[in-house]
Amino acid sequence: MSDLTELGVAGLRDGIRAGKFSAREVADQFIVKVSKAKALNAFLVETPDHAIAAARAADEAVAKGETLKPLAGVPIGMKDLFCTKGVETTAASHILEGFKPVYESTVSQNLWDAGAGMLGKLNMDQFAMGSSNETSYFGNVISPWRRGGGDNAPLAPGGSSGGSSAAVSAGLCPGATGTDTGGSIRQPAAFTGISGIKPTYGRCSRWGTIAFASSLDQAGPMARDVKDCAILLENMAGFDPKDSTSLNLPVPKWEDGLSADLRGKKIGIPKDYRLDGTPAEILNLWDAGVEWLKDAGAEIVEVSLPHTKYALPAYYIIAPAEASSNLARYDGVRYGLRDLPEGANLQDMYAATRAAGFGDEVKRRILIGTYVLSAGFYDAYFTQASKVRTLIARDFEIAFSQCDLLLTPTAPSAAFALGEKSADPLAMYLNDVFTVPSSLAGLPAMSVPGGLDGAGLPLGLQIIGKPLDEQGVLNAGLAIEQRAGFVARPEAWW
Amino acid sequence: MSESTYRIHGETGEWEVVVGLEVHAQVTSNAKLFSGASTAFGAEPNSQVSLIDAAMPGMLPVPNQECIRQAVRTGMALGAVINKWSRFDRKNYFYADLPQGYQISQLFHPLVGEGSLEISLDEKNPDAEVKTIGIERIHVEQDAGKLMHDQHPTRSYVDLNRAGVALMEIVSKPDMRSPQEAGAYLAKLRSIVRYVGSCDGNMDQGSMRADVNVSVRRPGEEFGTRTETKNVNSVRFVQQVVEIEAKRQVALIESGGKVVQETRLFDPDRGETRSMRSKEDAHDYRYFPDPDLLPLELDDAFLEACRESLPELPDAKRRRYESALGLSAYNAAVLTADADTARWFEALLAESVRVAGKSESELARPAANWLISDLFGALNKLGKDLDSSPVSPVQGAELLALAADGTLSGPLAKQVFEIMLETGESAPKIVEERGLKQTSDTGAIEAVIAEILAKNPNQLEQYRGGKEALFGFFVGQTMKAMQGKANPAVVNELLKKALG
Amino acid sequence: MSVDTATVKKVASLARIAISDSDAERLAPELNNILGWIEQLGEVDTSSVQPMTAVIPNTQRLRDDVVTEGGQRDAVLANAPQGEHGFFTVPKVVE
Ligand SMILES: [Mg+2]
Ligand SMILES: [Zn+2]
Repeated sequence: MSDLTELGVAGLRDGIRAGKFSAREVADQFIVKVSKAKALNAFLVETPDHAIAAARAADEAVAKGETLKPLAGVPIGMKDLFCTKGVETTAASHILEGFKPVYESTVSQNLWDAGAGMLGKLNMDQFAMGSSNETSYFGNVISPWRRGGGDNAPLAPGGSSGGSSAAVSAGLCPGATGTDTGGSIRQPAAFTGISGIKPTYGRCSRWGTIAFASSLDQAGPMARDVKDCAILLENMAGFDPKDSTSLNLPVPKWEDGLSADLRGKKIGIPKDYRLDGTPAEILNLWDAGVEWLKDAGAEIVEVSLPHTKYALPAYYIIAPAEASSNLARYDGVRYGLRDLPEGANLQDMYAATRAAGFGDEVKRRILIGTYVLSAGFYDAYFTQASKVRTLIARDFEIAFSQCDLLLTPTAPSAAFALGEKSADPLAMYLNDVFTVPSSLAGLPAMSVPGGLDGAGLPLGLQIIGKPLDEQGVLNAGLAIEQRAGFVARPEAWW
Repeated sequence: MSESTYRIHGETGEWEVVVGLEVHAQVTSNAKLFSGASTAFGAEPNSQVSLIDAAMPGMLPVPNQECIRQAVRTGMALGAVINKWSRFDRKNYFYADLPQGYQISQLFHPLVGEGSLEISLDEKNPDAEVKTIGIERIHVEQDAGKLMHDQHPTRSYVDLNRAGVALMEIVSKPDMRSPQEAGAYLAKLRSIVRYVGSCDGNMDQGSMRADVNVSVRRPGEEFGTRTETKNVNSVRFVQQVVEIEAKRQVALIESGGKVVQETRLFDPDRGETRSMRSKEDAHDYRYFPDPDLLPLELDDAFLEACRESLPELPDAKRRRYESALGLSAYNAAVLTADADTARWFEALLAESVRVAGKSESELARPAANWLISDLFGALNKLGKDLDSSPVSPVQGAELLALAADGTLSGPLAKQVFEIMLETGESAPKIVEERGLKQTSDTGAIEAVIAEILAKNPNQLEQYRGGKEALFGFFVGQTMKAMQGKANPAVVNELLKKALG
Repeated sequence: MSVDTATVKKVASLARIAISDSDAERLAPELNNILGWIEQLGEVDTSSVQPMTAVIPNTQRLRDDVVTEGGQRDAVLANAPQGEHGFFTVPKVVE
């Protein structure tokens, strides 16, 4: 039997439809692969039964000659931020250990309704706070990638969707869900040589997804190529009356709309993203990206996003502030961990539970968020950050009056070694310098692999679009994909 | 209203009390403010809890239109500015009755802005001494759950049925200067929300409760430091709190102490307020806009529909009762103080018009008098209210019609009413079956009068000798002999003739 | 703005996270570092700028006043660390 795990979402879907192989064969092969990849620590929970049930349904539909659902029999990985009914959901935090939701998130339900199956719940940075997947209570995810030349230092898969990026790039699943608050889909995708898209804020329902920072959180797919991202996103997105910030708009047929012909499109190159100290390899890739897009017919224009340097500080006020409040519900009363020291009163119980249940990075952000909202500081911090956010969104608006899409690097470096930045929170935060501005503005943005650095590690390019223009983003991503010829895969060592 | 005269007489001189109220009124709605769980009172613990109310991970709020509509209507009834653009904020604090760790409320941009209401301290003449109390704002927010402390020796029990129920917080300006004014304000506010139908006003079920802000100052000087006594649940208690707190503060200041801005609790059994130390460190609420919700933008059509659905409000109704129905100021005030009373009165009046075929203005006064003195008196004795009245407006109208057309005399009407209260039967049926009709049969009355004059020669002699006050005696004797059924006017006329 | 250990403890207490003295001492410079970096936002002239309210233009929808949920006590209590007789329970609160 051929190795079906070499196929992506489209290949599996089409093969099952065409009867080339059964969905059960697909599920079985991926299940085995997942079970053998424990060294990566990408999965927190394996759910073979879920994947098999979906496969069985797909195979039955094939046997009966029924029209297949859009993702019939395609097994995927589910980031552990999505609540899954009856399946432990922890956001990689001790404080939610053992929590089995009695409900299913809208995004995961949409995927199951489309016929997909779940291979398991994917590890991540705790409560999606981190850029290296080192903040999980359940251990680091190890990137399947290694530097060349016999350097076996374990590398970060990026974060917070590090389990997703590792699993997809290692071929443990053809696609996975991610969530992106300040770059948590795009940066790990770039670190592991896969594609990932964060749609316009409001495209994917946040209902049933554990909140980090509500005004920024968006779900999106991570997969091996642009087309697979389009297919998955189509089946994740959609209006949800249960989420007040959900956009009441039909979901476009992004897969059908894919086209690498960029004639008539203007691509903006934001000069403010040319930061001091950015490695030459990253800048060179950016230049290559410009050439590829020109080759696809696009016109290149230089644009300015003058408030770019303030995006990260604004983000590190807004996101922790929202998080400090969103995470107040983890108090040991209704679910999850309870730490009740001898003789403790209610408030002592809260403090003990939260001290024991939250990891250091989560605590750090809760403290920052609590501080910036506290009496006397609110205006100087939160109000100012919200105003700067307006200015950042306005920068994009002005830029988009001169172009259709923006091209930037995804991250300022290739994957770093685990432990390399974990001692310095600020250094870690700076990883999201290119992804955070578009998050603050709620814009669709994706990362596609563009090439390898000198150490043989993947580098990604980011395309940012106007609100609701996921199609434009995907199409530019496709144009780059076709020209970059990125085929590198990590060699299996696990 | 004339200059406030309520003063605390301290050892060092006179003190004025300054009062503002924050009233929490539960919005009348089927479902909660942000979830689809029921608001019904008295259900099994945790049986009316949605996953949102329990703050399960990933759950999100979506506002209930009816709660917004009712708050807007309440604002309109208070002549307040309705903010077409408002938004929800989070008030962050930790407590076991607050599953999210924050209350969704409105601080920066409330739904309703400034308004006012008029209070009067003169029941007999409500238009004579009127004082306008400013409303600062009305915002919409979630109620908390309920904790029970007496079920277990070491544990408190948490019931989230109330968690997430919509409240309107109606904040007054510090415009009240006496316990009476504070009480009148709360009573008037309760009257208005009950008219509007935005809150049932059931204070004993907690549907309405007041946080009482009290400070004292030398008359005319700057405001002093205020305390806030939480969750006071009756008009009488509000008055007590104002008085107790004002006296406590004066005594404290005069003995060299300082009032601290704090939250206090009222203990009605001991008649005192005390500091709520358990919530002391919860002061830094870290308000910020709720990122799960968008700004609330109301369009003109929505506001117009709210305005059109408003009923006639108590002051307007009271004035109409006086001018169009010719009721006394006092009667009009009594009948309009509560929406249920006014509704009952108007039903009675409408039935009267139907039964008697006369105009409202002709029928209103006897109807009002009967309702206020006879029906209220009777209900009071029975310990019932209008809702549970054994006599319906239709039955009342029938009784009034029989009195008006002379079928029943005053005393007879009272007698029939007593029977109605006991049996629930209609007045015509009682009159018919028990023969309680008034008679104007002059022959029968003359015969009785002749008998009475013959039986009381002494009185007759005295009367004729000039003691005219004895006329009443003869009327009474005649009526008694006629078992109350004689037409009093005819009795008077015939007696005068007979007595010469 | 400089955050000392007392402030760290105060903030941690507001956030209901128990921390030891040594935690507070470790966190103070760390938070100072982050807050110091954040403070560059003060450079931006925002005097004529409104704070962002909706990320993507969108208006708040309102739900109908219909009871759609309830009667699911077991599901609501399913994950409770402690509960009895249909209640969540917590250490006794003295009000
Ligand atoms: Mg209050
Ligand atoms: Zn309130």
